[in-house]
Amino acid sequence: MEEVKLMKGNEAMAEAAIRAGVDAYFGYPITPQSEVIEYLMHEEPFKRTGMVVLQAESELAAINMVYGAAACGKKAMTSSSSPGISLKLEGISYMAGAELPCLIANVMRGGPGLGTIQPGQSDYFQAVKGGGHGDYNLIVLAPSTVQEMADFVDLGFDLAFKYRNPVMILSDGAIGQMMEKVILPEQKERLSNEEIIKHYGNWATTGKPESRESNIITSLDLKPELQEIHNQHLQNKFKTAEKNEVRYEQIQCEDADYILVAYGTSARISQKVVQLGREKGLKIGLLRPITLWPFPKKIISELADHAKGFLSVEMSAGQMVEDVLLAVEGKVPVAHFGRMGGMIASPSEVLDAVEKEINKI
Amino acid sequence: MTTEVITPEEIIKKGKIVFEKTKLMTDCTLSYCPGCGHGVAHRLVMEVVDEMGIGDNTIGVAPVGCSVLAYEFMNIDIQQAAHGRAPAVATGIKRVFPEKYVFTYQGDGDLAAIGTSETIHACNRGENIVIIFINNGIYGMTGGQMAPTTLPGMKSSTSPYGRVVESMGYPLKITEMVATLPGVAYATRQAVHTAKLVTKTKKAIIKAFQNQKDKKGTSIIEIVANCNSGWKMTPVESNKWLDENMLAYFPLGDIKK
Ligand SMILES: Cc1ncc(C[n+]2csc(CCOP(=O)(O)OP(=O)(O)O)c2C)c(N)n1
Ligand code: SF4
Repeated sequence: MEEVKLMKGNEAMAEAAIRAGVDAYFGYPITPQSEVIEYLMHEEPFKRTGMVVLQAESELAAINMVYGAAACGKKAMTSSSSPGISLKLEGISYMAGAELPCLIANVMRGGPGLGTIQPGQSDYFQAVKGGGHGDYNLIVLAPSTVQEMADFVDLGFDLAFKYRNPVMILSDGAIGQMMEKVILPEQKERLSNEEIIKHYGNWATTGKPESRESNIITSLDLKPELQEIHNQHLQNKFKTAEKNEVRYEQIQCEDADYILVAYGTSARISQKVVQLGREKGLKIGLLRPITLWPFPKKIISELADHAKGFLSVEMSAGQMVEDVLLAVEGKVPVAHFGRMGGMIASPSEVLDAVEKEINKI
Repeated sequence: MTTEVITPEEIIKKGKIVFEKTKLMTDCTLSYCPGCGHGVAHRLVMEVVDEMGIGDNTIGVAPVGCSVLAYEFMNIDIQQAAHGRAPAVATGIKRVFPEKYVFTYQGDGDLAAIGTSETIHACNRGENIVIIFINNGIYGMTGGQMAPTTLPGMKSSTSPYGRVVESMGYPLKITEMVATLPGVAYATRQAVHTAKLVTKTKKAIIKAFQNQKDKKGTSIIEIVANCNSGWKMTPVESNKWLDENMLAYFPLGDIKK
């Protein structure tokens, strides 16, 4: 049954994982997302649905446990925050190479290094440009509400299995920690081995019966000509995802002649900026990418035919702005407004920046 | 003059079969150097899995090292893990498939250097898996660099004048280390360079898989093996050197039963 609750973003994601019929969660504590594993350990989903929850000895171990479980055809996930995600990247690259579905949540904090435990958005490049080694992409979903923290678990697994590729929820410490009303989905059954084969194909390591060849999960090909064919196959999948999976929200963009682009916490602030600006008579709108990869290039390019300029609002020194620039194709000016180190911008300072940019045009 | 032509099938029919290729080994030619211990170890593991009748219920984890291609030779479902992470990968498998048999197959660099943490913690949780640990005292795959198990004074491409323990540390007896952990049910050190030792190693592997069946916790079997190429010796020389040097530092026998 659906249920309405007041929950933290991290807890909503954890509860949604149980309800999505996730088979296993492996994690290692780090602020600001430790509530995910704390909630799961408290809820004991192994009693509710049979879901496995295990605290690993490191993020390295956790992502490799996800690798093992995912390669069995199971829905496996992990979550962490910035420094922990850096440790997971080798494993994430292996999973993309070996075509394994899984869900990874990054509840970002400010970096670099140990940085701060306050919210940040400075792992954008790491998430959308590959991050680990080799040519690969993650499908990256950016929630801006507690509701989306919950909803993107099921969506994330759908996409992960559809493309046999890791999916990342790129959130931040503010959304992970804030409490909001959330409508929790109905409980889904965990799939049996037979159902997994029926839905997703017979590629997982489940134990080799005489009737089939052995299933091998690997990202290795010592012959470069074969490795290139494999890489081309991965690239074809990414092209299909770029065509079919772009998601975004437009807020008052129809008549806007200046557009803010923002995701996550910055999108919440920017929504307020749009409201304040409109009250002042500024025709501004917000484009909120929901998928950061694939990036909503086409709509931004279309908006650039009418709008006079764009402002990328991020809690970073300017990362997403590069993708906005590429999408705008030089048609109009693109600017960046950012706070760093765990600082969250106030709507009024963003509005000031918007007015300054508009005056420059 | 006439010659009688006998086909292989007729030869087989005539004699009694006393020795066969293990069903669970594929027909692929092994990529190992002639004389290398990996091939024998592969065969033993697959022989045991076959004889226990658990081939359709077993999932292996291959390492990064010379045995990275184990999945080409072992005819079962296998996952290839990142360097050192096999025990974590095996944990992921075993936790979602507690009724299936899971084993890792790892070299000393993989298990006792880059993967030390995963090894110790999998053992400490008492993951109900089998760890097959090939200790050849060197990094075979990457061309003979120093391993955590390289003997004092032993030459390698990164200890060209011999391992200096004062600056490079001592050979790590990781099997003894994990044997102290309550999660470990069975820790033993074996070898496969003589027929007699092969028989003993096979018994150890059977015991390890039996432990997994009985849900006893982690079983680790260290196999002290030669790397004739990395050691720059002939296979025969390397076996002699193994006997005289490796086994002096890494004595054979059960460490925990
Ligand atoms: C992260 C990472 N670091 C280093 C390597 C390079 N590398 C591949 S195999 C290996 C050592 C293998 O030695 P060992 O585990 O002793 O196995 P052997 O080849 O001797 O059987 C190294 C260092 C790698 N593949 N990945
Ligand atoms: S390099 Fe050493 S360990 Fe590798 S196959 Fe050759 S002899 Fe065996």
